Amino acid sequence: MQVELRHIHKHFGAVHASNDINLTIPAGSIQGILGENGAGKSTLMKALSGFIFADSGEILLDGKPVHIASPADAINHGVGMLHQDPLDFPPMKVIDNFILGRNGGLFPDRRTAAKEFKELAVQFDFSIDPDAYVDMLTVGERQQLEILRLLWLGARALILDEPTTGISLPQKEKLFATLKKLAAQGMTIIFVSHKLEDVEFLCNRVAVLRQGQLVGEMLPPFNVDKLVEMMFGKVVSFGGRYPLTPGASTLHLEHISLEDVRLQIRDVTLDVRAGEVIGLAGMEGSGQATFLQACAGLVRPVAGKLSIKGADVTGQTHHVFKHKGVAYLPAARLEQGLVPGLSLTEHFVLAEETHGIFINRDQAIRLAQDRIKTFNIKGTPVSTVESLSGGNQQRALLALLRTPLSLILLEHPTRGLDIESTMYIWSKLKERCAQDGAAIIFISADLDEVLQYSDRVLVFFTGKVSSPLDAEKVTVEQLGQLIGGKGWEAIHA
Amino acid sequence: MTPETILIGLAGVLAAAAPVMFAVMGETISERAGIINLSMNGTILLSAMGSFAVALATDSLALGFLAGAAIGALVSLIVAFASITLKISQVATGFILALLCRDLSYFLGNPIMGQTGPRLQSAPIPGLSDIPVLGKLFFSQDVMTYASFTIILLAWVYIYKTRPGLMLQGIGERPAAAFVRGASVNRLRYLYTIIGGALIGLAGPIYSLSVKAGWKGTISGLDGIGWIALSITIFGGWNPLRAAFGAYLFAILQWLGLVLQPVLPGIPSNVLQVAPFPLMILTLLLVNIGNAEWVERTLAGMPENTRRAVAKILRAMRATPPASLGVPFESD
Repeated sequence: MQVELRHIHKHFGAVHASNDINLTIPAGSIQGILGENGAGKSTLMKALSGFIFADSGEILLDGKPVHIASPADAINHGVGMLHQDPLDFPPMKVIDNFILGRNGGLFPDRRTAAKEFKELAVQFDFSIDPDAYVDMLTVGERQQLEILRLLWLGARALILDEPTTGISLPQKEKLFATLKKLAAQGMTIIFVSHKLEDVEFLCNRVAVLRQGQLVGEMLPPFNVDKLVEMMFGKVVSFGGRYPLTPGASTLHLEHISLEDVRLQIRDVTLDVRAGEVIGLAGMEGSGQATFLQACAGLVRPVAGKLSIKGADVTGQTHHVFKHKGVAYLPAARLEQGLVPGLSLTEHFVLAEETHGIFINRDQAIRLAQDRIKTFNIKGTPVSTVESLSGGNQQRALLALLRTPLSLILLEHPTRGLDIESTMYIWSKLKERCAQDGAAIIFISADLDEVLQYSDRVLVFFTGKVSSPLDAEKVTVEQLGQLIGGKGWEAIHA
Repeated sequence: MTPETILIGLAGVLAAAAPVMFAVMGETISERAGIINLSMNGTILLSAMGSFAVALATDSLALGFLAGAAIGALVSLIVAFASITLKISQVATGFILALLCRDLSYFLGNPIMGQTGPRLQSAPIPGLSDIPVLGKLFFSQDVMTYASFTIILLAWVYIYKTRPGLMLQGIGERPAAAFVRGASVNRLRYLYTIIGGALIGLAGPIYSLSVKAGWKGTISGLDGIGWIALSITIFGGWNPLRAAFGAYLFAILQWLGLVLQPVLPGIPSNVLQVAPFPLMILTLLLVNIGNAEWVERTLAGMPENTRRAVAKILRAMRATPPASLGVPFESD
């Protein structure tokens, strides 16, 4: 089925998530959609699969304009979507998942359905027991189930959203073989990903999105450097860097291994020195958040040793880490960092060491006024934190940090902030490094920020961690490739 | 005790369990769809009173039962509106309604207190009721007790064997996935909450027009039944057959409390009357013991064969609630 998008626009508040997208995908092709987080990939795919409605623009299937009213309507039109986290019912049986949503009589005929399920599965060399429960299957098998279900419902175009995240290599190979086979049968495949490697291997055409716009299309052979440039844009230089004068070892990781539901991080050894800034780069969910939480004592390593300033703290609680001078600033400022409903003053009181149970109001207000001034927060001592802008919330979080600190861990410290706030926050952070000899580890999706402010960079790709790269020697292009899973042999050689 | 009295007693147990059965099935359906209807205790009292009043005024049993179902549906409509449309906490709404309906039934029921009204008569099924033992037990009951047998099967077949039943499981489990499969999640949630509410509402008239005929205000002995039904729903793991087992177990325990009094004169009668409640709690604990971490740890230390056998039993007993129970659904 030929899928055509014409002048698609979609706004979310002030964000122009889809800006005049025009894309024609011929039947039988595998179309890659590339772009970094927030580039507008999901918005576009949601519009095509009936989850959201474009503000303006047209969708044409086989040349005919259609209105897709809901996800269920999309599949009636032949457009099926495979979500990153398969939208199925884990406690139910495979066969019930398969049947659910297909119209028919009051009593579904499980036997016939199971027969058809098996026939379909054989075609693609899938082996799933229809009587198994879905919560016993792997993510890869759940994907296979969803693909079979969508095919059974008559999908003629298949959208796959980051399908290779969280599945094993053999499953990935099987998935790719399946997709190629389907395309050969005339099915349109739309493959949304940020993994250059996968896209390069699988797709016969690629479209790149950046900041809601379609910045370009490419046919094979793909020029990877060009693709990276299209994804991340031109390098903008911020000018002068701070010279590094490494101090004593602050955080020492020895053969640390971590595990979470989706991925495993193996054998990381790293020595962070006082005054040093380490940037963690990688697509969201590549393991950097888990890594940072492990440094904060929020996630327990499954193997290895972790010490702060020479003291072994492996397996200790976050509380112990805090006492050693570790501060953790999560990405969700309002959810995890601040208490909505409480004022700035109340926050400062909460963060201070307590003496007695009653609050000295006057003293607290004086303290708040003092901090508000030092940290240049646009707000008053009685402003509640949710009334502040993102930049000011972040400043408030910084103002809440105790002194002295030995290690500051930050998740997206400047996400959603304007340039002025970004520069201000970094100047404050660098001050900490210079004055207290604090070390900083931060996650950012902004590669320029990573290169600008870090001394060394760790790149994460589906749980793989690069050796520390010297930020002065790495380019944005190189980082972009590593993030997309390319060029890893070179840095390890 | 003669076998004859035991048989009559057990037949009585089946009849006494009928109202609880309706309430449990209603709650099971509602919770399967993702809506907790905590108002049940008040609803049963209000519908018992209301249906008795209607039956008294119209001298029609049928209208009485209809009124009971209507009251249940109405209260559940409030629950549905508050939790689905207004997205208010289902627990808070449910509790308030439970208290409100209870007090309302006492207050509004004052004028009809103690009056004698129509009462449902038993209707032995010709032929079948002559079968020894079984005939007395199952086929010499009244219409609503027969209906309580049927509702168990109907609910089970509907939930597990029919297409809309699968979707019902789906909207309580993962509404987003059900939505993608074409369900109008919130509309269906309304529907099932109201159907469940009507079934809960029928529990009232089964008491006031049959099992404990009449309306006696605060001494009707109905206060608390709703909470028991709620715990049986959980005990039943949102499965009608298991829930039915729980309801009968509770009725038997209550009956034993009465029968054993003369046999065990040493035990104060209060103990026997109260015993079914802690016993229910114990059963609940037992059923869900497989979820506890310490059990898993203990199991890990056992020899392989024992461990596997115990783990199998525990897994079979374990019940997990619908994953989206009590969570409002918003499509993107």
